[in-house]
Amino acid sequence: MSGDDDLLEDLLDGKHRALARVISKIENRAPGYRELVSDLYAHTGNAEIVGITGSPGAGKSTLVDKLAETYRERGETVGVIAIDPSSPFTGGAVLGDRIRMASTVGDMDVFVRSMSARGTLGGLSTATADAVKAMDAFGKDRIIIETVGAGQNEIDIVRTADTVAVLVPPGSGDSIQTLKAGILEIADVFVVNKADRPGADRTVQELLEMIELGDGGGFSSSGGGHHGADAMGEGGSSPHSSEDSGEGEPDESHEAAQPDEPDTWVPPVVETVATDGTGVDDLIEDLAHHRRYLERSGTLAERTRRRYGEEIRTLLREDVHDLLQGELERAGGVDALAEAVRTGETDPYTIADEALAPLERCLEELEGERLESVSR
Amino acid sequence: MSEQETRSIRCLVAKVGLDGHDRGAHVIARAFRDAGFEVIYSGLHKAPAEIVQAAVQEDVDVLGISILSGAHKTLVPKIMDGLEEYDAAEDTLVLVGGVIPEEDKAALRDEGVAAVFGPGTSIEETVEFVRENAPER
Repeated sequence: MSGDDDLLEDLLDGKHRALARVISKIENRAPGYRELVSDLYAHTGNAEIVGITGSPGAGKSTLVDKLAETYRERGETVGVIAIDPSSPFTGGAVLGDRIRMASTVGDMDVFVRSMSARGTLGGLSTATADAVKAMDAFGKDRIIIETVGAGQNEIDIVRTADTVAVLVPPGSGDSIQTLKAGILEIADVFVVNKADRPGADRTVQELLEMIELGDGGGFSSSGGGHHGADAMGEGGSSPHSSEDSGEGEPDESHEAAQPDEPDTWVPPVVETVATDGTGVDDLIEDLAHHRRYLERSGTLAERTRRRYGEEIRTLLREDVHDLLQGELERAGGVDALAEAVRTGETDPYTIADEALAPLERCLEELEGERLESVSR
Repeated sequence: MSEQETRSIRCLVAKVGLDGHDRGAHVIARAFRDAGFEVIYSGLHKAPAEIVQAAVQEDVDVLGISILSGAHKTLVPKIMDGLEEYDAAEDTLVLVGGVIPEEDKAALRDEGVAAVFGPGTSIEETVEFVRENAPER
C-alpha cells in the first residue's frame, strides 16, 4: 500500500517514471490499481482531451506528432495515448505509432504511451480512460488519444475525449458510405489529411454534403445537431434552428463566448498535410472552437456526466462478470453447461437465471444501505 | 473486487545511431510479437536520448538495442546513463544484438547489459532469455 502512496506522490510531483509505472499498473490491473486510480480522480479535470481516429494509413500519428509539436511551441505540455491492436492469437502486438512521433523526441514534456487491447469486455476503454486520468493528474495540459477507427471498441475509446477528430483520407468516397454508421457519427471535426493528394477536393465536398444532410435532419433526425449521442442526454437542450449552420464554423475573430455563435455544432472540415504541418494551426483553431462550444452550451458538462456514467456501467459490468466467472468455475466451467444445453437438458436462459438468482436475493436484502445515499 | 492481472512483457526494440539496416530488428520485433510480447519499435537513426525517453515513457521490461555500426562502445553507455537518470536502469533488462567483437562484450556487461546476442543466435534462444530474465516488478 505505502508503495502505491509513494507512487502517487511521485506522479503528482511530476516524475515521469512514476507516471509510466502507474499506467503499467492500470494496464496490468496490478494489485492496488483500483485504489490508485480512485485516488487520481481528486487531481483531475484540468486537461483538454482530444481523440483522433480514422482508417489505417490516414496519417493519424503524423498529425498527432504535429499537433503535439504545435502545442509545445505554445508552452503547453502534452500526453499522447496511442492504441494499436493486439493479436487475438498470441496477445502480442507491435506498437508502431511512436516511430512517427519524430518532432518531439527528446522532449519529455510530450509523454507518449502505446497501449494495446489486452483485456476483453471494455477492458481497453476502461484502461484508456484510467490512463487519461493519470496523465491529467500528472498535469498534462493536452491529452491526445489516437486509435484506429475500426470497430466499436475504438469508438468507445475516442468517446473518452471531449473533442473527436476523424481523419478521412482523400479518395475514400466509397468508404465514406460504409463508414457512415460508424466513426463519422462521432466526429466533432473532420480532417482531410494528405490534402495535397489528388481527390482531396472531392472528399471535402462529399463530407460537406454529408454534414449538410445530417444537419438538415438526415441521419441524425433526433435533432441534437449531428450527434445522435448528444441527443441521448437527458438535458433536453434548446431546440436548434437548422438555418445557422452551412458555414461550418463560428467567426474566427471571436475569442470568448459570443451571443451570435450558434448553439449547435456543425462539424467543420479541415484540410491538412501532416507531413509538412500545413493546416495544423487551422485544426487547432477548430478544436479550440469546439471546446468553447462545449463549455458555452453546457455540452461539456453533459458529455462528462455521460462519460462517467459509462465508466460506472463498464466497471460494474466487468466486476459482475468476474463474480459470475467464479460462479461458473465452481459449476464446472462454461463448457459443461454448454454441453448440457447441447444435449437438451437445459437452456442458456435458465442457466443465466439460476446464476443470477443469489445476486438478486442479496440485493433485495440490502434495503437501507444502497447506492441512493451516494447521489444525495 | 477481483483483479485479474493481465501482465504482458513489454519490449522496446531500438535502432540507435547511424546504421541503416533494420532487417534484424524487424525479425526480432515480429518474433517477440509472436511470442505474445508487446513490442514497441523505435524506427531507424535514433539518438540515445530518444531511446531513453521511449523506454521510460513506455515502461518497458526489456530494451533490445540492435546495433551494427560498431558504435556500441559510445552509444550503449549513453543509453545506460540515461536510464540511470530516470531510475529505470535497475529494472529494465537491456540486451544488445548485432555485430559486437568478442573483446567488447565484457565492457558492455559492465555497463549493465544483461546479454549480447551475436549473429547466428536463434530466435528461440532470445525469446527464452527474455522470458526467464524479464524483471519481476
